[in-house]
Amino acid sequence: MEGEAGDFTVTLTRKPRYIREDKCTGCTTCVEYCPIEYPDQFNQEISKNKAVHVYFSQAIPLVSYIDESCIYLKEKKCRICESVCQAKAIDFQQKPEKMEIKVGAVILSTGMEPFDPKVKDEYCYGKFENVLTSMDYERLLSSTGPYEGEILRTSDKKHPHKTAWIQCVGSRRVTEGENSYCSGVCCTYTQKQVILTKDHNADAECTIFHNDIRSFGKDFERYFRRADELPGVRFIRSYATIVREDPVTKNVTIRYATTDDGVKEEEFDMVVLSVGLNHPVAHEELAGKFGIELNSHGFCKIVSSNPMETTRPGIFISGAFQGPIDIPESVFSASGAGSQVGQFLDYRRGNLAKERVYPPERDVSQEEPRIGVFVCHCGANIGRIVNVPETVEYCKTLPNVVHAQEQLFSCATNSAKEITDMTKEKGLNRVVIAACSPRTLEPLFRDTLREAGINQYYFEMANIREHNSWVHSKEKEEATRKAKDIARMSIARARRLEPLQEFDLPVDKAALVVGGGIAGMNCALSIANQGHEVHVVEKNAELGGIARRIHSTLDGMDVQEYLRDLTAKVYQHQLIHVYHDATITDATGYVGNFVTKVKSDRGSTEIKHGAAVLAIGADLYTPTEYLYGEDERVTTHLELEERIAQGDEAIVNAHSLVMIQCVGCRNEDRDYCSRICCSEAVKNALKLKEVNPGMDIYVLFRDMRTYGFNEDYYREASNQDVRFIRYEPQDKPEVEPGESEDGRPVLKVTVTDFVLGKKLELDADIVSLAAAVIPSAATKEIAGLFKVTLSPDGFFKEAHVKLRPVEFGTDGVYLCGLAHYPKTIQETINQSYGAAGRVLTLLSRDVVVASGSVAEVDENRCVSCGACITACSYGAIDFYETPLGRKARVNPVLCKGDGLCNTVCATSAIVLKHFTDDEIMSEIDEAFPEEDVALPMDVAVGDV
Amino acid sequence: MCSGRVDLAHVFRAFSKGADGVFIGACHLNECNYTTHGNYHALTMVNLAKKLLEHVGLNPQRLNIEFMSGSESNLFVEGVNGFVKKVKELGPLGRGEGLGDSDVKFKLDAVTRLIPYIRLVERERLRLPAMPEEEYRKFFESDELKRLFEETVADKLAIAQIVSLLRQGPLSTADIAQRLGLTPSKVSKHLNASSRQRLVRYDESLKRFALA
Repeated sequence: MEGEAGDFTVTLTRKPRYIREDKCTGCTTCVEYCPIEYPDQFNQEISKNKAVHVYFSQAIPLVSYIDESCIYLKEKKCRICESVCQAKAIDFQQKPEKMEIKVGAVILSTGMEPFDPKVKDEYCYGKFENVLTSMDYERLLSSTGPYEGEILRTSDKKHPHKTAWIQCVGSRRVTEGENSYCSGVCCTYTQKQVILTKDHNADAECTIFHNDIRSFGKDFERYFRRADELPGVRFIRSYATIVREDPVTKNVTIRYATTDDGVKEEEFDMVVLSVGLNHPVAHEELAGKFGIELNSHGFCKIVSSNPMETTRPGIFISGAFQGPIDIPESVFSASGAGSQVGQFLDYRRGNLAKERVYPPERDVSQEEPRIGVFVCHCGANIGRIVNVPETVEYCKTLPNVVHAQEQLFSCATNSAKEITDMTKEKGLNRVVIAACSPRTLEPLFRDTLREAGINQYYFEMANIREHNSWVHSKEKEEATRKAKDIARMSIARARRLEPLQEFDLPVDKAALVVGGGIAGMNCALSIANQGHEVHVVEKNAELGGIARRIHSTLDGMDVQEYLRDLTAKVYQHQLIHVYHDATITDATGYVGNFVTKVKSDRGSTEIKHGAAVLAIGADLYTPTEYLYGEDERVTTHLELEERIAQGDEAIVNAHSLVMIQCVGCRNEDRDYCSRICCSEAVKNALKLKEVNPGMDIYVLFRDMRTYGFNEDYYREASNQDVRFIRYEPQDKPEVEPGESEDGRPVLKVTVTDFVLGKKLELDADIVSLAAAVIPSAATKEIAGLFKVTLSPDGFFKEAHVKLRPVEFGTDGVYLCGLAHYPKTIQETINQSYGAAGRVLTLLSRDVVVASGSVAEVDENRCVSCGACITACSYGAIDFYETPLGRKARVNPVLCKGDGLCNTVCATSAIVLKHFTDDEIMSEIDEAFPEEDVALPMDVAVGDV
Repeated sequence: MCSGRVDLAHVFRAFSKGADGVFIGACHLNECNYTTHGNYHALTMVNLAKKLLEHVGLNPQRLNIEFMSGSESNLFVEGVNGFVKKVKELGPLGRGEGLGDSDVKFKLDAVTRLIPYIRLVERERLRLPAMPEEEYRKFFESDELKRLFEETVADKLAIAQIVSLLRQGPLSTADIAQRLGLTPSKVSKHLNASSRQRLVRYDESLKRFALA
């Protein structure tokens, strides 16, 4: 890469695939005929694949490639694939291709690499056959995995009964070749594997050898308990070592220790190593090429205040190159990095975009249906099983079919042209393509219809590949019959199709951000920096939120200075309008067109906006336990932090300080982990040790959850003699006023030490509590106003916990910060940029397109019972007054077309367009033409 | 369109048209594409349809719902093969249950006509919130559901069947009782009620009941 920010030139070498992507249809005939088998890399080399293959079943593009194991590439032999490929997609002439591209910015999303346990002999990976990594096991669990979803031992291909997982393999260890940090994801993925294992085999015995259980993610605590409570599942807190393999049974013996029984050995059928996350491969080379710096762990060097930025302007990162993170955080940072690039290159926005112009749509509503049928051979995929010419002839005999023909590949560019031409030439007004699944190609064919000037909803796809030729390869005659049946059903449906209009909604270009904390401000700035007006609504008199009380982060960022800088940027930005002391009185509208009423220091305002971001933060639990509020020596971690920053003598001069973790959460009332308190405790402990090295500090914890790089600070605190004592929830510490041996008034803290196996009595001058982070009091009200939902714990519920973590199910409404779930400042900043990125994908458009396939009410039939309204969780249906009385109506913008309302309507007044009863029934009717009814069962059903 | 869009009417149309089994494939529970958990609606519909099938003497195993994702072709194959095998064991619709073609016809016709009413009942009395599959199964096997079903649907279904049967021609109480597998006194009770609602009448000349 050469050049500088805004004007980079990147030289890429593209390796040959030996397959022409533009010609390959993904039919996999070549794979079938390829004679070379080699270990399947996607399946962790457990099973075999062919030299030519599709990398995995959902690969994009879904086309094959030829691997270096190909004997033609090695010895110039074979070329079978070339002769069987009817699409002529095999191209052995391909050479590595050098290309130069000009870009303004770069995002490095290089991900991470699973830890390789082979670097340590003690893990016996590769030595004992039934020792697997969690990645191997993940493939075993998958239905597309090496044994098609069966969990089998490597040694004898038998189902294991007793399986052990060993946690922290490669993580939290300071030994050579391993990582000192916590990989953050292994605890929960192991629990997932345990739950899936029990799904596979309810009798399976699962044993997990672990250190702390770090289920700090959203809903993870509940998930952990779910796994823990399954019968036959044991979580054992112990280091575990692999001792030996039985030479006959190939079972593996593990040695471990418990406080009750001491050192034990136990035999397992299979052992899974829960491997951690390493930096990406070739990280140093990568850093050199792009001129960025790495941290000591080999990940990208970043700062908390902008974790998507590298040390070089114009180069951004997203995902696990930041460090070991889970999927939601990866998605935050991915969308966030996109938003940063958007800010950076805003001046060039839209320069490369081209508008697509379609011919005007022909009105065919008064015409009889004139159906054209195109039956695809899909090379040999359909054609060698189904008699395609016979199917074509059959289609010609069906009512309203005015044209039928075969095509080698309907999806090829020339075929699309042929469909367009035929539609014009024969005056077709409906098109049926009998080919493959509509999942991939329906959009393409709809586009073909638009090119031909026909409404795109006049298109129907008959799947005679996945539903037919692929599953009936040994029953050619039956398959041909079935192809005709499927085509006939589709033609019947096509006859009844109606033209539907997708309509364009204008998008108001402004955004509303509710909440002016770190999340809201970062999000507002990123949106405003891309040219959009932003209204920031803050309930308090000042911006800053809870960060106003935070002074530093574990990695040393000065939060107050950061906040001053951030607040100034917000106030100085011409496009950002801040409303203080604000309450929202009303919120109406929908995606692109919201109207929100706000009372604030500016008086009453009505704000029109296209998108809304809810960043309302969270509250802190006020403890009722451990004498909090009764004895002034009991404080919370946040108060402690403030007092340390103020240099409070009672704190900094204390002889002894005890911290108690998990106060107000991980209990029955709040079944979640507050995520940040362990790091907060370590941070305060290290600060105190800095100002008063002689202070005795105890941290009473359940599981230390200093995930990621914060693990290093935990170790540092331990090294500085901060004492960490684990307690069990059923044996909580007790705090009482008392006197020390030398007559000093202290708080007596009693706790059972499980390692020593006895009760300890600690004298504390100060007791600090890790008070839970709880949903803000306003969450419910705001959720009601913006019609969004809450998770069981009372935080906002995102559209999808992993894949859509910054948006709500309600279109046009987004979320970030603590209102989503407790998180660190760095994570909050990731997410707030992420939300801004999603907002921009909406606001940068002039219109949003609403689908034509939405529900509609026939008012004459509606009896206003309200059944449809209750069935609709999008709030898309409401009542309104008509001259005929109260009737239901659908807001097509909010309707997602699931059709649940249809099945509850007693009068069939509500109809999901494109999936009407008439259309569906016509298919059902055609599935059973009269003459079939009397046929014997075997013929009607086909052979199994 | 969601699996929750699959309607009782669609299922019974398929049976009426001669399907010996109906298979519904839906997304995994709790992994909703739409965030609405419509597959639970589908599950409710299937459970209810099974009750209806059972009630009219058709084997409820002829209807099956399986939950799977788009990438789990093996589950689909397993599900369909298992189901086809099952349906083959059961034999053709009606014949497997020892019913004649005309019996099957009037029974399915009766259910089909009752569907709008069942939707109302379901909404008022039977609708369940999204909950684990296990709870659904328990609910549909519970005495509570049995009682509700008897109270709300059973009588209506009997009357619908009588009306449907009489559409084929006038019959005596005894004939009806035999075709429906009910006691003559039950049939009389339904006939009286239906006479009052002017659905049926007693034809003095034929000494039989006929459609009004």
